[in-house]
Amino acid sequence: MGKITRRALLSGAAQAAAAGTLLGHAPARATARAVAPAAAGTPACDLDRYVIWDAHGHLYSADTPPAEQMASLLRAADRMHIERVVVFMGYPWVYDPEPDEVRRQNDQVLEAIESSDGRALGFVYLNPKHTQESLDELDRCVRDGPMVGIKLWVSIRCHDPCLDPIAVRAAELNAPILQHTWSKITGNLPGESMAEDVAALAARNPATTFIAAHAGGDWETGIRAIRGTPNVTAEICGGDPTAGIVEMAVRELGAQRVIYGSDFRGRSFASQLAKVVGADIPEESKRLILAGNLQRMLAR
Amino acid sequence: MIIDVNVYLSRWPLRRLPCDELPKLVERLQACGVTRAWTASFDGLLHKDVGGVNERLAAECRQVPAGLLQPFGTVNPTLPDWREELRRCHEVHRMPGIRLQPNYHGYTLDHPGFAELLQLAAARGLIVQLAVRMEDPRMQHPLLRVPDVDTTLLPDLVTAVPDLQLVLLNALQILPGDRLSALARTGRVYFEIATLEGVAGIASLVTRVPLECVLFGSYSPFFILESAVLKLRESELSPAQLDAITFENARRIGTQLRQ
Ligand SMILES: [Zn+2]
Repeated sequence: MGKITRRALLSGAAQAAAAGTLLGHAPARATARAVAPAAAGTPACDLDRYVIWDAHGHLYSADTPPAEQMASLLRAADRMHIERVVVFMGYPWVYDPEPDEVRRQNDQVLEAIESSDGRALGFVYLNPKHTQESLDELDRCVRDGPMVGIKLWVSIRCHDPCLDPIAVRAAELNAPILQHTWSKITGNLPGESMAEDVAALAARNPATTFIAAHAGGDWETGIRAIRGTPNVTAEICGGDPTAGIVEMAVRELGAQRVIYGSDFRGRSFASQLAKVVGADIPEESKRLILAGNLQRMLAR
Repeated sequence: MIIDVNVYLSRWPLRRLPCDELPKLVERLQACGVTRAWTASFDGLLHKDVGGVNERLAAECRQVPAGLLQPFGTVNPTLPDWREELRRCHEVHRMPGIRLQPNYHGYTLDHPGFAELLQLAAARGLIVQLAVRMEDPRMQHPLLRVPDVDTTLLPDLVTAVPDLQLVLLNALQILPGDRLSALARTGRVYFEIATLEGVAGIASLVTRVPLECVLFGSYSPFFILESAVLKLRESELSPAQLDAITFENARRIGTQLRQ
């Protein structure tokens, strides 16, 4: 594994940013597409003028080899002019995985990203209840491997002190922590974090970069919950394409603290991209949200 | 050309939406290539005076040129004299159809008025739309928690009304697969793509239900209109499939009704 390092993987990103593609056009990866004739070329639906990095997605099958899953996902990504995708967690999903299962799932992701020609970036999946094993896995996949961030899901609410050593190590490795957040009136899982929990963890660890996935799910409260904690960025994936989510996030957090992700392949690229391209915000803000912010975060 | 079968006017009760004013909505529809929008009113969810709701809806739709907005009136079979509402939608406002909101109107599909309403609407040649969900139940307001419509009885109800043409709104991802198939088999139930999810979702959907029952719907302005438009791009579809979904199927529903 050791050959592809984080630095090598991201150098492409740094070069792209340096060459100004952040503000210009992405390399033309997408091929012929059938677009509804009437919708083709309408400004808001014109994805081709953006560089798009997708901050949130998953493998989806226990039977199909990860490389094949990645190829299929990237074909769909091509149609939507998505240049790079972040992928984490293997399959099947486990709420509270043992350390062996965590390593097995991260191996699936390593296989997927190795096959992707540099287009897939991996975040290492950890279960913070097993703190020492998490630190070891972080070293294996990020310090010594190609992964560039951390994904935490629903094993334990993230305000718990057992996360602090992971947060400290993440800062040393310049790896952002993407934490699932969702507040449900129908009831959360016992270990499911809310945006408030990330804000608490982030306040204790100001040197670490945090991403509140799904903007708290109930985004009108989630955005408020992280508003006063500048080292937390909202990632907007996973919910319905409800109008106004990105407008509110930009108003309350600033465009620099908002990131596009889709939660492929459970969600569609289209519904989640629409939140950004269809938002009533300046063009420059859209470019930051679609790729610029994530590029900046990972290039540190 | 796009016929969007799932559009609303007026105000969502719990949030201002970027396009909840008529000029902005019209501008957005036109920018995305929508040439006809089957339009109901958010007021129909909670207002008891649905006669007033429908009158305003019809008047607002008339304000917009070229028949862009086609009014679909609200009928609530739990209200006194609801049959008169149906008559007005058809005879006074000349609406092509009605939109039902059973969960917001507080009835289940075994309500006797519901079966009768389907029969009377079909007899008048009105398209019947039924919204299965308006808002993700996980994030609803604590004082306005509205479960999805339970559609268990729907296949039998549709079979019992041979002239009915039924368009389900916000139903995909919510209806279980076997019910989706059962409804699709009737050949008189249609589904629109507003809540459809998954990478290349339309391509996957048309392997599960006949292409003829798939319609373009955006659930705009509650959802961002571009979501439905971009789904057309995300799936690899032939020009014939695109035409069927974006306008041909919807146009055919109207012609299959007596009128
Ligand atoms: Zn996810």
